[in-house]
Amino acid sequence: MERALSFEIVRRFPGGPAVAARASWPLDGPPVTVLFGPSGSGKTTVLRALAGLDRPEAGSIDFGGERWFDAGEGIDLPPQLRGVGLLFQEYALFPHLSVAANLAYGLHRLPRGEREGRVAELAGRFELGGLLSRRPAQLSGGQKQRVALARALAPRPRLLLLDEPLSALDAPTREALRGELRHLLERAGVPAIVVTHDRVEALALGDRLAVLVDGTIRQVGPVHQLFSAPADVEVARAVGTENVFPVRLVRSEDGLVVVRAEGAGGAELVAVDPGGLEDRAYACIRAEAVLLEPDGGHASSAQNRLAGVIASRRDEGPLSRITVACGLELVALVTRASAERLGLSPGLRVVAVVKAPAVRIVPRTT
Amino acid sequence: MDATALILSVELAALTTLILLLLGLPLAAWLAGSRWRYRFLVEAVVALPLVLPPTVLGFYLLTGLGPHSPAGRLFEAVAGHPFPFSFTGLLLASVLYSLPFAVQPFAGALAGVDRSLVEASHTLGVSRLGTFFRITLPLAWPGVLAGAVLAFAHTLGEFGVVLMVGGNIPGRTRTLSVAIFDHVEALEYGAAHRTAALLLVTSFAVLALVYALQRRPFFRWNER
Repeated sequence: MERALSFEIVRRFPGGPAVAARASWPLDGPPVTVLFGPSGSGKTTVLRALAGLDRPEAGSIDFGGERWFDAGEGIDLPPQLRGVGLLFQEYALFPHLSVAANLAYGLHRLPRGEREGRVAELAGRFELGGLLSRRPAQLSGGQKQRVALARALAPRPRLLLLDEPLSALDAPTREALRGELRHLLERAGVPAIVVTHDRVEALALGDRLAVLVDGTIRQVGPVHQLFSAPADVEVARAVGTENVFPVRLVRSEDGLVVVRAEGAGGAELVAVDPGGLEDRAYACIRAEAVLLEPDGGHASSAQNRLAGVIASRRDEGPLSRITVACGLELVALVTRASAERLGLSPGLRVVAVVKAPAVRIVPRTT
Repeated sequence: MDATALILSVELAALTTLILLLLGLPLAAWLAGSRWRYRFLVEAVVALPLVLPPTVLGFYLLTGLGPHSPAGRLFEAVAGHPFPFSFTGLLLASVLYSLPFAVQPFAGALAGVDRSLVEASHTLGVSRLGTFFRITLPLAWPGVLAGAVLAFAHTLGEFGVVLMVGGNIPGRTRTLSVAIFDHVEALEYGAAHRTAALLLVTSFAVLALVYALQRRPFFRWNER
């Protein structure tokens, strides 16, 4: 049988929201699951329950056949015995200990000689060699993150939990470290769960997405699929109306990149170069940023003009959600009035127009 | 100079402080971390000596631990002598009377340690006790030291409880503050002056040390 993480976590907060999250996913295979949802949706509650720091009122947690928690049977494995590495939002480095002592902190069960070897190995892998004698207060945000991640991985945990791992960083650092964090998570060889409310972060870090709305997990699936095809309106609202396509780099020039959607007949898109793009990426286009013109329309400043056929139309109040097959399944959100005026209905030939700056490229490693 | 009284006072204060460290730290750790709904009752009991006249505490100790009470007989069986007018009795009374001066700064300092550091230690496999000694205590030490010093200074200067419980036996229960009272009663103003000045200077030095230790640089670890 496949090893899996299964949980049902029920917790109520006095005068606040209730969490009743239930999900299950395999532990082998793609390593990074993103727990995604708006703030207050219960992401941190789930994470803390998995780590054993908070006790749910009801439910159970099963990790690869091992019972970590069962309210009915009174099982509650303490965090010390779960073998979970936790990366705190503010990193929680021990301020009175050097970087080396922080790294060695969880290695108390190892003999002294092996401990030093393990610290040296981690220092090499996380490029902390010159920092070992420093105190956490003497580190930059990015360095703190690397130390915290190395410390969490030092005792070889069986599950890695990351609570908003990039939120403590300023915006430029965050941009720069997203790709690096993904690399580190891949190389860690440990299943990881990342909590975030940031879509770009979810795309850049995750293989699998679990969407949490109002304390319940609504949908679990591959990241881009879930963004492109949310199961219901609430999930759509939580993830935002977004077109997400796996793409590959064709060429880059003059600060722009040309990417091609993966799969046969994939269309080419022009976007602003985000930097650090090697080959694979996600292209994200908000549905409200897609303009539809009748076929043979006039020229404009927009770089992306994709001719295609309307595949479907769904009216949602004052808006219409129109899917255009144009080498991509591109969703456009237009007003119903415009849809009526242009007679937008399935089968009609249209041109989907997207400005290059409206195409967001999120680099992917591997 | 009241050398005997000075030695006795310092001995009493030192032992009281030691006992308060041993008993007060676990109590403070419990107060700082407990979510028990009736915790406030324990807090109120700990703080009682702050507002009660020492005579009230002394009175209840005397009657409660007197030779005719069951608790008093137990005390006598353990200590080998009756509770009133003994050094051990005085020590017990001092511990109770100085309890808030130690426990409140302890609890404040322990509660001030970032909870996520404690949790990080737990997820790294270190037990609660190990975490207390490796994380909480090292980070809270300025507050713990402040509490210990305050308890020491407060015991050094206590008067009412000593007089109620200990009486005035030289070398056994006659502390500095009681000695001053004696000198004044006997109109020995010179001797009273010297002893009072000694207590004043000692207390000032101790308090200055506490406040110096609490100045910000001591709480920050980045310069070290």
